[in-house]
Amino acid sequence: MDKNNLYNIPPFADDDRVDGLAKVTGKAKFTAEHQLPGLVYGVFVCSTIAKGVIKNMYLAAAKNAAGVIDIIYYLNCPAVPGYKPADRTKNPNARDYTGHKVFFNNLVLSNGQPIALVVADTFERAVHAASLVRVEYDKEVPETDFEKNKFNGKLLKNRGEFLRNEKDAWKNAAVKLEQEYTIPIETHNPMEMHATTAVWEGDNKLTVYDKSQGPKGVQGELARMFELEEKNVKVITEFVGGAFGSGLRSWPHVHAAVIAARKLKRPVKLTLNREQMFTMVGYRPYSWQKIGIGASKEGKLYGITHQAVSNTSVYEDFAEGIVNVSQFLYDCPNVNTDYKILPLHINTPTWMRGPGPASGCFGLESALDELSYQLNIDPIELRIINNAEVHPQSKLPWTTKYLKECYALGREKIGWSNRPSVPGSLKEDGMLVGYGMAVGVFGAGRGGATAKGILKQDGSLLLQSAVSDMGPGTSTAMVKIGSEQMGLDDNKVRFELGDTDFPSGPTQGGSGSATTVGTAVMAVCDALKQSLKEMAIENIAAFKNLKPEDISYENGKLVAATDASAAIHFTDLLKQSSKPELQVSKTSTGFAQRDKYVANSFSVHFVKLHVHPVTGVIKLKHIVSVADAGKIISEKTARSQMVGGAVGGIGMAMTEETLMDHRYGRYINSNFVDYHVPVHADVPPVDVLFVNKPDNIISPTGAKGIGEIALVGVAPAITNAVYNATGKRIRQLPVTPDQLIG
Amino acid sequence: MINFEYVKANSAQSASEARIKNGASQFIAGGTNLVDLMKKGITAPERLIDINALPLKEISLTPKGLSIGALVPNSVAADHETVKTKYPLLAMALNAGASAQLRNMATVGGNIMQRTRCSYFYDTTMPCNKRNPGTGCSAVEGYNRMHAIFGASEQCIAVHPSDMCVALAALNATVQVSGTKGTRKIPFADFHRLPADTPQLDTNLQVGELITAVSIPAHSFNKAYYLKVRDRLSYAFALVSVAVALDVKDGMIRSAAIAMGGVAHKPWRLYEVEEFVTGKPISKELFTEAASIAMTGAKTYTHNQYKIKLGKAAIIEALTKASS
Ligand SMILES: Cc1cc2nc3c(=O)[nH]c(=O)nc-3n(C[C@H](O)[C@H](O)[C@H](O)COP(=O)(O)OP(=O)(O)OC[C@H]3O[C@@H](n4cnc5c(N)ncnc54)[C@H](O)[C@@H]3O)c2cc1C
Repeated sequence: MDKNNLYNIPPFADDDRVDGLAKVTGKAKFTAEHQLPGLVYGVFVCSTIAKGVIKNMYLAAAKNAAGVIDIIYYLNCPAVPGYKPADRTKNPNARDYTGHKVFFNNLVLSNGQPIALVVADTFERAVHAASLVRVEYDKEVPETDFEKNKFNGKLLKNRGEFLRNEKDAWKNAAVKLEQEYTIPIETHNPMEMHATTAVWEGDNKLTVYDKSQGPKGVQGELARMFELEEKNVKVITEFVGGAFGSGLRSWPHVHAAVIAARKLKRPVKLTLNREQMFTMVGYRPYSWQKIGIGASKEGKLYGITHQAVSNTSVYEDFAEGIVNVSQFLYDCPNVNTDYKILPLHINTPTWMRGPGPASGCFGLESALDELSYQLNIDPIELRIINNAEVHPQSKLPWTTKYLKECYALGREKIGWSNRPSVPGSLKEDGMLVGYGMAVGVFGAGRGGATAKGILKQDGSLLLQSAVSDMGPGTSTAMVKIGSEQMGLDDNKVRFELGDTDFPSGPTQGGSGSATTVGTAVMAVCDALKQSLKEMAIENIAAFKNLKPEDISYENGKLVAATDASAAIHFTDLLKQSSKPELQVSKTSTGFAQRDKYVANSFSVHFVKLHVHPVTGVIKLKHIVSVADAGKIISEKTARSQMVGGAVGGIGMAMTEETLMDHRYGRYINSNFVDYHVPVHADVPPVDVLFVNKPDNIISPTGAKGIGEIALVGVAPAITNAVYNATGKRIRQLPVTPDQLIG
Repeated sequence: MINFEYVKANSAQSASEARIKNGASQFIAGGTNLVDLMKKGITAPERLIDINALPLKEISLTPKGLSIGALVPNSVAADHETVKTKYPLLAMALNAGASAQLRNMATVGGNIMQRTRCSYFYDTTMPCNKRNPGTGCSAVEGYNRMHAIFGASEQCIAVHPSDMCVALAALNATVQVSGTKGTRKIPFADFHRLPADTPQLDTNLQVGELITAVSIPAHSFNKAYYLKVRDRLSYAFALVSVAVALDVKDGMIRSAAIAMGGVAHKPWRLYEVEEFVTGKPISKELFTEAASIAMTGAKTYTHNQYKIKLGKAAIIEALTKASS
């Protein structure tokens, strides 16, 4: 049997990814790998200043270079209809396009901004020609320095205040502290770099191969931008080599590829290089937080004040709920928060794994840890004392919440009882030993989605939805749900995705794919069963006088409730009914009980580490990540997500920092030598534990979502462990050896 | 495209001749540094002279010492039995460099000749005296966390990035060189240059000269340790590194060789520290004092002040580890 045939592969080892073999053998085609007849290659020329006006672009050398077909820039770029101010006469809700308008005018608003696209017959020739373009600017002084401007009232924009009861009440508590926390820019650096290939058929039909977390989202945006009917825009995103939020929207390169392909009437492929990833597809914004927190001597929280500022670009507002965690994660009577954004001459940030809580929990969970030492209460106990039984603001219950179970599982696994209560007091092999923990949280829920199911005579089930799988294993999970619902072997079920011709599915983000698409798949399966029953009544004598509710569906067989001998497998039923296949499409709606419940996934991360007492080098020894993520649909991919989140958290805590030279407003480490993501040597054994209790209120799948809580809380668990080992409190990420020397 | 000529040298002599004939030509060995520099637009050789076919892949031990051919891959040298047993400091330093994949490609000659990793050197949009003499040094007032604390000039504060070279400097290696006019030997300490007013010159190798081997004299060191402190546990350049070789008998240091990496434009040999510890009994106090001596004269910039503290810590730790 052909092992590379996704559809008919032999039963895969328990929990293997359905597309794992294709991915590791190179059979899976990622966006930039699609070759089309007549394809030409676009390469960006990017600004080397952060603010100013393009005075002159000298294109002759590039134009004369071998293989160059065209150079598109602001003076010759066809107008993009969607960049015009929205026409609200037709649609009062129409919004202006706020993203970077590529080749729209001669203004430079950030360094690394695309200012021209060189199109050539080969990629290499386009790269070379792009290097020949010379640009003359009228330079202006950019503002890129977050630290210098974080309290600059002239620049800051308010993004909301929140007050529960008394403001700044923490100041009146018996035990209290106030501290500041800083997280630098962390850049989106999935393995696969962003790429787009655009192909026009005439002026009204567009096909786009795009690395994206939401083909439907790209379709909608391109239809708006280029004034096309949605059905005439086809977006293909079959495989995604990682995307942690960078694929949640369409960036300038997507528009540029479409513009070029239309202008040249040829398919154009545009691939970003690693350096361009740093200036074009978003990042976790730089953030500053200040937290005041106070409790009674017994550890009962009395007040939290949580302020934050994070950066955005000068052309677009980006905000994420950094301070929101303080409003509900613990039971605290008095809470006030305030959040502002700071526009800088840097490209727009975007959501990055755990957006909001990932940053907010670094502040809150660090502050709680610090408070626990002041109180002399074990940090886990402190959290249990303040466990929110109901949402402290709305007083609504959680759909499910098994945070206490997470503490219990994790403390056992990490060996929490070995934790020294006095920082710096435990040594092992000459190394300082530290234990730390922190909580992660993220919204759970379910959106609307449509899925199609095709049940065939050969006993197979094909499921389809226009979603993408950026790595969490959505295809695998949907196969699991489909096979379980229909009583089929996993290898009889296939899930097709990444094509807007399939029924509409959501953009993948916010840990909602399993519940959202899973619910649609379950609805499809229910509808298939119902149709089979009706078909049996119509076509099979033994079922003739029955009603659908008198027939049960068991492992592929329809069985009459009254007479178990009246049974038929759906494959025979289809044959006897002369139907090659049975097709249904079903749409499931979003989670509708927001007025009755609060929905969150929770995680608790535990870390054991060594710190070298002289050189300050940290060696992580063990991470235990425990998740309250509802029912675990696919154990292996769920575990992989948690491990990946832990690695991302290690990066956030210890290695990742995008560095800017403010004199030039330019990044100085936009490459993989200087921008450090964790390597294997940095990653200790990671144990993943799941509470694995279904949440049937959010969705019939029982799942809650894993992607974000896998990372949220990992960084503070590490820095809390560093404190436990050394007595040094890290409030500015990342922690590097120079901060911990002797 | 920037086309270049590619020639395969079949003798050291013809390689050198080819190099002299075209001033804009370069030797290529493993290519792990040169190809990156070409891709980044930092160098654009008109001709690449591939030296990989030359018979410079031998590792041999004689009573006088060890000789390692210039084309021996870093990984082969690090795993070589003689190197591991007789020159463990070198093996440790080699293994601390780059990643397994890079060490498989990187050659000993190329490692010695690798260029700095200063971010400003790598970004062709920024001033850099090393890349573009006379344009200025962006690092002096820029982000200089990785930069030199010894021997720098206002023209350049870049550091030499190699780990292997730190061990070679400590072990008094000699670089064997051949050119059109014959061969010569360059003591390791004289091989790399300080930036002074000519930061564009990394070494004292003359145009056309080819490294054929490095030789390390026989020695009496019975203890060695290479410590590299970096921002992640593998695949990162040193914040600081220390190579220590000691001859210890009955708790007494009879002789010492110590060099640092990540602190200067060349591997930084600590002669005064060597002298200071020689003839003294091992003690914590001795190492602490040695570390202080090592750091005298250090000049720091805005972001690399930590290197003094970290440098001291690293010296203490390396001496402790070596002597234990
Ligand atoms: C991502 C990354 C991380 C790295 N990390 C480290 C690290 O942590 N520590 C470390 O020490 N190194 C590190 N390196 C550098 C690596 O060690 C060097 O790139 C490698 O040693 C160069 O050897 P090569 O044979 O590939 O040289 P090439 O790239 O082929 O050549 C480099 C230069 O040497 C010249 N040259 C080569 N051979 C000779 C010769 N025989 N005679 C005269 N000139 C010659 C070439 O002309 C060229 O100018 C890293 C490199 C990379 C890319």
